[in-house]
Amino acid sequence: MRVRTAFALVAVPALLLATSACSGKSGSASGSGTAGGSDVTLTYWASNQGTSLDNDKEVLTPVLDAFTQQTGIKVKLEVIGWHDLQTRIQTAVTSGQGPDVVNIGNTWAVSLQATKAFLPLDASAMKTIGGSDKFVKTALDTGGAAGTDPTSVPLYGLAYGMYYNKAMFAAAGLQPPTTWEDMVADAKKLTDPSKGQYGMALAAGSYTENNHFAFIDAAQNGADLFDSSGKPTFTSDGVVNGIVRYLDLMQTDKVVNPSNAQYDNGTKAVADFATGKVAMILNQNNADATIKKNGMTSDKYGVVAFPAPKDAKSQVASHVAGINISVFKNTKHKDQALQFLKYMTSADVQGQLDKPFSALPVLKDAKAVFTDNAQEAATFTDIYNKRAKPLPLVPAEDQYESTVGKAMNAMFASIATGGTVSAADVKAALQTAQDQVAASVG
Amino acid sequence: MTTTLQRPRKAPPASPGPHDRRRRARWWLPYALLAPAVLMELLIHLVPMLTGIWMSFTQLTKFFISSWTEAPFVGLKNYRVALDVHGAVGSSLLRSFGITCAYTMLVVVISWVLGMAAAVVLQRPFRGRSGVRTLFLVPYAVPMYAGVITWNFMLQRDTGVINHLLVDDLGIGSGKPFWLIGSRAFTSIVIVAIWRLWPFAFLMLMAGLQSVPSDVYEASAMDGAHAFRQWRSITLPMLRPVNVVLVLVMSLWVFNDFNTPYVLFGTAQPAAGDLISFHIYNASFLTWNFGAGSAMSVLLLLFLLLVTGVYLTVVNRRSQRA
Amino acid sequence: MHDTRAFKAFRAVVVTVLALFTLLPLYVMATSAMKPLRDVQGPFTWWPSTVTLEPFVDMWTTVPLARYFVNSAVVATSATLASLVVAIFAAFAVSRYRFPGRAAFTTTVLSTQMFPGVLFLLPLFIIFVNLDQSAGIQLVGTRAGLVITYLTFSLPFSIWMLAGYFDGIPRELDEAARVDGCSPMGALVRVVLPAARPGVIAVAIYGFMTAWGEVLFASVMTTDVNRTLAVGLREYSTQTNVYWNEIMAASLVVSVPVVVGFLLLQRYFVAGLTAGAVK
Repeated sequence: MRVRTAFALVAVPALLLATSACSGKSGSASGSGTAGGSDVTLTYWASNQGTSLDNDKEVLTPVLDAFTQQTGIKVKLEVIGWHDLQTRIQTAVTSGQGPDVVNIGNTWAVSLQATKAFLPLDASAMKTIGGSDKFVKTALDTGGAAGTDPTSVPLYGLAYGMYYNKAMFAAAGLQPPTTWEDMVADAKKLTDPSKGQYGMALAAGSYTENNHFAFIDAAQNGADLFDSSGKPTFTSDGVVNGIVRYLDLMQTDKVVNPSNAQYDNGTKAVADFATGKVAMILNQNNADATIKKNGMTSDKYGVVAFPAPKDAKSQVASHVAGINISVFKNTKHKDQALQFLKYMTSADVQGQLDKPFSALPVLKDAKAVFTDNAQEAATFTDIYNKRAKPLPLVPAEDQYESTVGKAMNAMFASIATGGTVSAADVKAALQTAQDQVAASVG
Repeated sequence: MTTTLQRPRKAPPASPGPHDRRRRARWWLPYALLAPAVLMELLIHLVPMLTGIWMSFTQLTKFFISSWTEAPFVGLKNYRVALDVHGAVGSSLLRSFGITCAYTMLVVVISWVLGMAAAVVLQRPFRGRSGVRTLFLVPYAVPMYAGVITWNFMLQRDTGVINHLLVDDLGIGSGKPFWLIGSRAFTSIVIVAIWRLWPFAFLMLMAGLQSVPSDVYEASAMDGAHAFRQWRSITLPMLRPVNVVLVLVMSLWVFNDFNTPYVLFGTAQPAAGDLISFHIYNASFLTWNFGAGSAMSVLLLLFLLLVTGVYLTVVNRRSQRA
Repeated sequence: MHDTRAFKAFRAVVVTVLALFTLLPLYVMATSAMKPLRDVQGPFTWWPSTVTLEPFVDMWTTVPLARYFVNSAVVATSATLASLVVAIFAAFAVSRYRFPGRAAFTTTVLSTQMFPGVLFLLPLFIIFVNLDQSAGIQLVGTRAGLVITYLTFSLPFSIWMLAGYFDGIPRELDEAARVDGCSPMGALVRVVLPAARPGVIAVAIYGFMTAWGEVLFASVMTTDVNRTLAVGLREYSTQTNVYWNEIMAASLVVSVPVVVGFLLLQRYFVAGLTAGAVK
């Protein structure tokens, strides 16, 4: 008898639920498409920018509602976490069934362009969006390979800066560094493992962060990751030495807690900074939200450009980071999608979104509003507009990120667990990464 | 029944009788009964798998993915790359394969030992037996991701319970070790997998022990058989049919395990925890090289078919001799 | 017959060690769920600095957990029921009939256990999309798509176990029902199924847990409409923070119904295994 009760308990709700089981219809490009504009719904995939997926939704919903009011075009929003974004985009590309508009990390832009699944924005499309002149030039450069019509335009701008704790610097009688050597010297003075205090924190277990610094440090040495024909050149001295310099912050300078080898995203390093465990972090400007959430106000820290060595060939301080926005080629609502791009990249909307998402304006002459710390705003604007270089604009860029980034994870792990990583080891690991990239480019 | 593949041989005897004619008239009935299962298997397993095999002969990279039917045919190239142990791709695949073999052996053997110990110990009544039994089954019922993510939290170097327990409370070693990066990551994933799997071994062996008639034990107890000898000479042989299936099923599950490394390590997987399913997932999805990823999957499938075939042949032959 | 002292000592050791091993994660899960965020970001403590139930409140808003919960419940229950029906039919055929193709069927179904999921993940997705485009059957981003995927995951083990169970039910029973005028299906429903109850329950439990915990396919096949708990839990680590206390609270909440259900029904699970798989 008890079995029957148990069975009924399971079966009855199940049947009730099963009747509704198939009603969840996903948004897709196959809307109820009359091209007139009045009855169109665009599906928009937005990557996670705020403190949670729901927070993103809260921020974006009023902005999208205003768009609907202006144009009559409805927008169905889905915020996607970074864990899922790449697979979701891949399956959308493969199947041709995806959203109308998507926003993505701009470093993937050229790799995604190579899939031919995104709408090339030719001159007339660009004009609809508001003209290519309105964007910061380096930011727009990330939208596609050189000499092609871009398949994405910048939406939110981000750049790396070196955050420092004002009180800790003042207590040690230090000025914010302007060269790599100064930075290391300051960090050493601020490191005291017995108190659990370190000069710097790095997201040393995050392959995305690691590959960014491999690029920036190599760029400071004047080295490129790919040659003009798109072949990887990871093993050149400039790249190897750049990576060694970055690894040595933990290995020989010992200004980084070995624990950081386990930091698989930027947040943990930022939390250490905000709670006074470390004096400096290298982070993009969207760290602000996390810093605030951990209880540090914007007057307690300053930001300078990530310093290059004294003899650096270039003063590059960041890659051109940020989020780009694209239209899926399969969309049935091309005109409306372009209208939407124009709206999202308009000065008004940028002004509204930059603050909650801690983003830099991607528009020329726009003022940074993401922080009330004027010095920080000026520094980041300067870095973004003048000292940032795009990551390699080649289709294999995404593979550079994963192979080199993961190789660096492994090297940091080896340092943290007591091993040593020599320049020869770095070179060997980069050779493997290079072979892997070459093998898959075919 | 003895093994999975023996069941067909043990098909019911066609009983002669008055229903024979009616049964022949309904020759289609078993097929109709199988139809839903066959359809589902075709749709979800077989057709996709054949598509995957076809993909393994193409250069399905990001350049062709949006029109994947037109991906150029490259013959055995993907297989050559995957099997070239001197190349970067092949050597890392081989490494991952070695790690996975070691992982499978350790997890299956230890889970079996723990499950057997618990089943034997709980075979005879004592106070609190049912409570203990219930407790032991909990890890099997906890949803996989909830369990593994808890372990991830526990294995954090600075904030995790494991280091707190070992270093701060018990004072073992100096300096907190890393559990999720470096070479210890392998130990970690083995422990986590055992935590999840051993209750299944316990459950199956407990079920198996229940079907061992107790008079067998009583007879041997009168002979004064020692507990361990009793286990070896009576329990183990009686459990042989269970063990044959249990070891096979567990090995296949563990070898193909994707979820544990995926949830335990996330995107920051260490080389020591590079299990083969996860390796192939990264080779396919992270680098967009679905052709190469499919070729690796097919190789993995062939290996498993071979091992399973050999295993079942050996097991069957031995049981026929017995 | 009484237990020797050595056996009792062995028993004490085994029970203690395994109980600690089993309990530690459960303890960490339960206590961390009651800690403020500050506690879980610092060094581990055995007890919260202040016991708070906030994580249990906040977890519903950080991630739309309630919706994922409903999705998981619907998907897992539907997949279980569907798989049960399909498996019962197939197992009945395999157990009661001899027909050409029978061996091929059992071998093929069992060998699908060997398929690496990665091999057919992308192709399956493409097939789903094509079904949508050509036949208008929407499977991607719907619960239905997940249901039919998951039902096949538990199918091989279920068929195999049920067939074993059915084999153990004397054929004279269905023959008698047939003589009484039942059709073969009538015999299945009136005679075989009631006798196989523990086996059926065991298979249902297995199917439910398989569907409730699946991660790989869910990560590709779900959108925010049909996302299941397995994937949804990852969203607690966002761009700006990792909410460990909320992750632990959510893990606890998603585990409790399954664990309780399983423990209530474990008797039948063991009985089902005993008779079905372990003859």
